[in-house]
This record gives sequence, structure tokens and C-alpha cells, in this order.
Amino acid sequence: MFPESLQYHIAPGVNHFVDWLVVSFAPFFDSVSAGILKVLLGINDFLDMLPWWVIIGFVALTVWGTTKKIFPTVVLALLPFLIGIFGLWGLAMETLSVVCTAVILALFFGIPLGVLMAEISGAALVLKPVLDAMQTMPSFVYLIPAMMLFGLGKVPAVLATLIYALPPVIRLTALGLRQVPSAVEEAAVAYGATRWQLLRDVRIPLAMPSILAGVNQTTMMALAMVVVASMIGARGLGQEVLLSINRIDVGRGFEAGVSVVVMAIVIDRITQGVAKKWEPPKG
Amino acid sequence: MTAVESVGRAIEVENLWKIYSRTKKNRYGAEVLHDPQRLEALENDDDAVLAVKDVSLWVAPGETFIIMGLSGSGKSTLIRCLLRLVEPTGGIVKVNGEDVTAMNPSELVAFRRRQVSMVFQHYGLLPHRTVMENVCFGLRLRGETKAVSREKAFEAIRKVGLEGWETYHPASLSGGMRQRVGIARSLVMGSPILLMDEPFSGLDPLIRRELQDELMRLQEEMKKTIFFVTHDLSEALRLGDRMAVMRDGRVVQVGTPEDIVSDPVDDYVARFVQDEREQLNRAERRMANKAAG
Repeated sequence: MFPESLQYHIAPGVNHFVDWLVVSFAPFFDSVSAGILKVLLGINDFLDMLPWWVIIGFVALTVWGTTKKIFPTVVLALLPFLIGIFGLWGLAMETLSVVCTAVILALFFGIPLGVLMAEISGAALVLKPVLDAMQTMPSFVYLIPAMMLFGLGKVPAVLATLIYALPPVIRLTALGLRQVPSAVEEAAVAYGATRWQLLRDVRIPLAMPSILAGVNQTTMMALAMVVVASMIGARGLGQEVLLSINRIDVGRGFEAGVSVVVMAIVIDRITQGVAKKWEPPKG
Repeated sequence: MTAVESVGRAIEVENLWKIYSRTKKNRYGAEVLHDPQRLEALENDDDAVLAVKDVSLWVAPGETFIIMGLSGSGKSTLIRCLLRLVEPTGGIVKVNGEDVTAMNPSELVAFRRRQVSMVFQHYGLLPHRTVMENVCFGLRLRGETKAVSREKAFEAIRKVGLEGWETYHPASLSGGMRQRVGIARSLVMGSPILLMDEPFSGLDPLIRRELQDELMRLQEEMKKTIFFVTHDLSEALRLGDRMAVMRDGRVVQVGTPEDIVSDPVDDYVARFVQDEREQLNRAERRMANKAAG
């Protein structure tokens, strides 16, 4: 056994810190919360406004535009029907708006951080352990303080999702930028590219397939968080899963679960299709 | 002073040094160059790579100057020092009278945009852009409009014989065609100096010859100053007005290709040119036989 005399707890310190944050920074967290909520509600209203067939039509068109194949287009357009048939369309749209908000925020912060990580060697040293922590820290550990800071509902759900979904886009952006062939970079510099031009015209376009793979991963991660997020009061498909678990209604849980999977498959194929468009043409 | 010298020098290199650190732990500054003991110690230091050692040379305007040497002799490092793609450890590089080694970053960018254009062995084309966009690349970097760039690019693409390929991506072109794009990209800039780093080394012999001929034809009308790196002696003999032979970072001989073939300064150069001499001798003997017979 580890000797008891060597034990030391940081728990009281962390507790005090969170308490202090809640008390002293309440106005700040309230305004952040209000900002996120505004984005979220805007997206939610927009999705609610769209009739179901517009969304299915959008899925079909995007898949057709990126693959030009009949079979995947038809299958991917039919899959969302399942959600409607199960009577879960409204909840799915709420989930989608949480996911969209989290993904938009993740890209907004993640892509610049990824660039920073690739450009400045010290940044990687600091960011890497933070990213590891974000991905492995059990989500309930930060869900509780998030709730204390931002209240119940969708905002802490978005933030919890963000924490979980942010690392892949940062990592894959940095990876993509580092993998740009040095011969291409060298030629650009030789023709008088400034550091910014090099980044904008050469490195980011060449890293785009990797960056979009990060976007795809981030979206998948965000979807995986929806059930957990529902535990802090975010409505959506996760709430349905939670309800049926509580009532041991296996069938109802299955319907909601299938709906999450359907969303994941559709979003995955769409983002992958878009990513393919960005790959440099071969042969 | 020769006639060439009196009309000025397009490129002037004085006592140029480049010392790399293999482990990237050290950065060797100009101060080591002033300390002969330290310099000698670095020669035997596993960490230090003395890629370019005390190189001085000049190139006249309109001249095709060849740097020849085996791989690892420092010729690629040398050509990169001319536009500071590689930062020299010490020494001076002057291009058209301007001291490149003293330029600040923005002057350096302006210099690269106007004064020199480089062609690379591995092309360095942008894979996500078409032939047209690749040729426009440098013009767009220096802020020329799309319309003007396209017009100039069309002209350059025509010059290298790639009309009709404007909308293709580099991946769908052969090696020889890719290098034509690389050459068009450098011509379009209109800079007086062309730096070519083994531009034809990766190509098969027939295509190589074709592109050499093409370069000579273009040079007839353009009269640019060309600084050309190669490890291929026959290429050097075909293209070069003068050449320098490098070995282990030092220039061991400078002269016209004929001088170097007929009068090699040491064993190393002699071995380098041996093949070529044998062929020449054989041709001469045959001609003599023919004349006698």
C-alpha cells in the first residue's frame, strides 16, 4: 500500500477554486452562456423552420454532388426517414443543433490552435498534454462544474461536447500542416511567399484533407456525447435514450439509439465526401 | 581584367560558408569562421556538417554558369544560399550589385519576387492547382491581377510547348512536362537571373536532352543569367559557358568546360572528366584517321 503519510489532497483546493469562479465570475459566465445560447437557438430555429423534405433533399444533393453514385445517394437519403418514422424528428433536430454549435465552436478554436501547434514548436509541448487530458478525463468530472458555471440545459452540454470534440481537429490540423512536402514549401518561399501567403496558399490547402478528417472526427465525437449531455438537461435524442433506460423500455431506447447512429452515418458520409473533394487530383 | 568582368557581375559570391548542425542542437554563427582552431575542430566534429567552405565565384550577366559536383559536394546548398533559402553561416552574396546577405526579410521577399527565379529538381509544383495556376503562382504572390497573370502565363506556357494543358493538374503530367511547368513558372516572372537546381536529373535521357535543347533555344532569345547545378558532365559541357567543380564544399576548379576537360587541376576533377576525355580522344583519332585515309 502507498504510505498514508505521503497522501496529499488537492481536492479542497479545486473545490475552493470552482466556488470562487462561480462567485466572482458569474457575470462573465452568464454572458458566455447567453452568447452560446443565441447561436444554438438560431441554429435550432433554422432547422425547425426547414421542412423535413428539405433536409432529406439536402442530404441527397450533397451525397450526389460528392460521389455521383446513385446507390449511396438513395440509401443516405432514405436513412433519415427512419428518424421521422420513429417520431423522433424534432428531438433529432435539437440534437443536431447542439452538435452543430459544438462543431462550429470547435472549428473556430480548433483550426487556429492547430495552426499554432504546427507553426510554433513550444505550443505543441503545452497543448499536447492538455489535449490528452481533454480526451481522457471522464466527462462527468467536468460536467458538474460546467453545470455550476453555466446552469442546466444546452449550454453546458455544448461546452462538454466541445471539450470532448475539440482535440481531433487540433491534432489533425497540426498533422496536416506538418506533412506538407518541404519541396513545395521551399518553392513557394523561393518565389517570394511571405509567411502568411505560405500558410494561406500552400500549407492550409495542402493540409485540407487532413483538416477535414479532423472536422469529421470532431463531428463524430460530438454525436457520441449527446447521451451524456442529456444528463445535464439538454433535450434531444440523448434524453429519449435516458428516459427509456430509466423505464427499462428497451425498444424505445433502441429506436433512439438507431436514430443517433443514422445521424452519425449521414454526417460522416457527407463530411467525408466533402473532404475527398479537397484531395489533390491524382493521375 | 577580362572583357566579361568589365561589364559587371550578375552574381558575386565572396567567402561563402555554410555549416549545418546534424543534431540541430548547435547553431554555428559567423564567429566560428574567424577562429581557425575552432574551424579545424569542426571539420572532425560529428555534429557539424561543413556543406559550403569558403566559396568565392562570380557570374557575368547573360552567362550560363554551371556548378558541378557529386552529391554531397555542397552544390545544392550553395544555390540555396544565393536566395537565402538556406541561411549562409558567413560570407557575402551579391546579385546585380545588391548585397543579398544584408537584406531584411521584406527586402528579401521583394528580391525573390523580382530578381531571381528558381527551378527545382523535384519541381515543387502545387498539387492542388492547375498548370495555369501554378505558372501564375509567383505573379499572384507579388500582387499582379488575375487577368494580367493569365496573359503572361499563357505566353510562358506556349514558350515551353504546353499549350492545351493549362487546366491539367501536375499529377496527370509526366516528369518532363512537370519540369516544363516549372520552367514556365520561372520564365513568367521576368527576372534576370534563373537558378536551376538539377532541373533535368530526374528525367530519362531522351527527355533530358529534349529539355536541354529547349533551354538552349530559350536562352538564345532571353539572354538570362543562368546558375545551373548538375552532377552530369555532359549536361555541363552542353549548356555551360563557364563551370565550377565542387568537392567537399570547396570549389576546386573554375573555367570554361573545355579548359576543365583538357586541363583538370587535380585527380578528382580528372576522374570526373575522364569519360568525356576518352570520348573526345576517340573522336579525334577517328577524325584524324579519316583525314589520313
